[in-house]
Amino acid sequence: MSQRLLTSAVFAGVAAGLIAAALQFMFVIPALLEGELFETGARIHFGADGSPESDRGAPGLGGDWGRHLMTVGFNIVTYVGFGFLMLAAMAFAELRGLTMITARQGLIWGLCGFVAIQLAPAFGLPPELPGTPAAEIGPRQTWWLGTLIATTLGLWVIAFGRGWVALSGIVLILAPHLIGAPHLEAYWGVAPPELAAEFVSLSLGTAAAGWTALGGLCAWFWTRDTP
Amino acid sequence: MNATTKTISRADVTLLPIAFAVLGGLTLLFASGYAQASVLHDAAHDQRHAMAFPCH
Repeated sequence: MSQRLLTSAVFAGVAAGLIAAALQFMFVIPALLEGELFETGARIHFGADGSPESDRGAPGLGGDWGRHLMTVGFNIVTYVGFGFLMLAAMAFAELRGLTMITARQGLIWGLCGFVAIQLAPAFGLPPELPGTPAAEIGPRQTWWLGTLIATTLGLWVIAFGRGWVALSGIVLILAPHLIGAPHLEAYWGVAPPELAAEFVSLSLGTAAAGWTALGGLCAWFWTRDTP
Repeated sequence: MNATTKTISRADVTLLPIAFAVLGGLTLLFASGYAQASVLHDAAHDQRHAMAFPCH
């Protein structure tokens, strides 16, 4: 039965990765490439003359298909990776007799994955446009990792814990944000605030769709009848 | 009847394949999201930004 675990994770991960990549090319990558115009100085928003004004408009995907192919490839790798973890968690919950997964339940598992891996870390460290200066990579990765582990455990405890134990999940989810994410002492962004804000919404919304698809597909492959 | 058969076949999963899946998943994610080697970083750059992995 370990084979079912493996194949379900791979099928679901590849499919969800392709869905996520398609959505990223529609919504996220154009904003990212527009951000790069400010990162490289091709466009300047906060000019020396004191005018915070610049043209609006994404430059288009361009002809760098190698780069875009890599983005699709790494989306697949990432979503297969998360698919393995998702199915391990689903199988573990079933093994412990906590629940029996259904395909529709999988959608909720996917949404919880989105909350734990994307939304909770983004609450402290918003998705960054290229060229956004940020605090040192080490502390940020540590906070990011700690936050997603704490949020995952918190959601698990809320879903499967009893009585007061379930409520302790709230503490786990809240704790990283009370500690606070590492930030710089000053603002250094070169891109228009509107573009940075749009990028955050677009990337979180896209991730929400990708994760919901991943959860639903993992559960569907996992529970489907095999002849 | 059908549901019972399914339950039995899925219940065969033990901790070992689950642990194996966790290990496999973490390895893939380390490569795509966490590793700082510059070849990997450049190739995964756009996807890391889109997924909001803290990558540089």
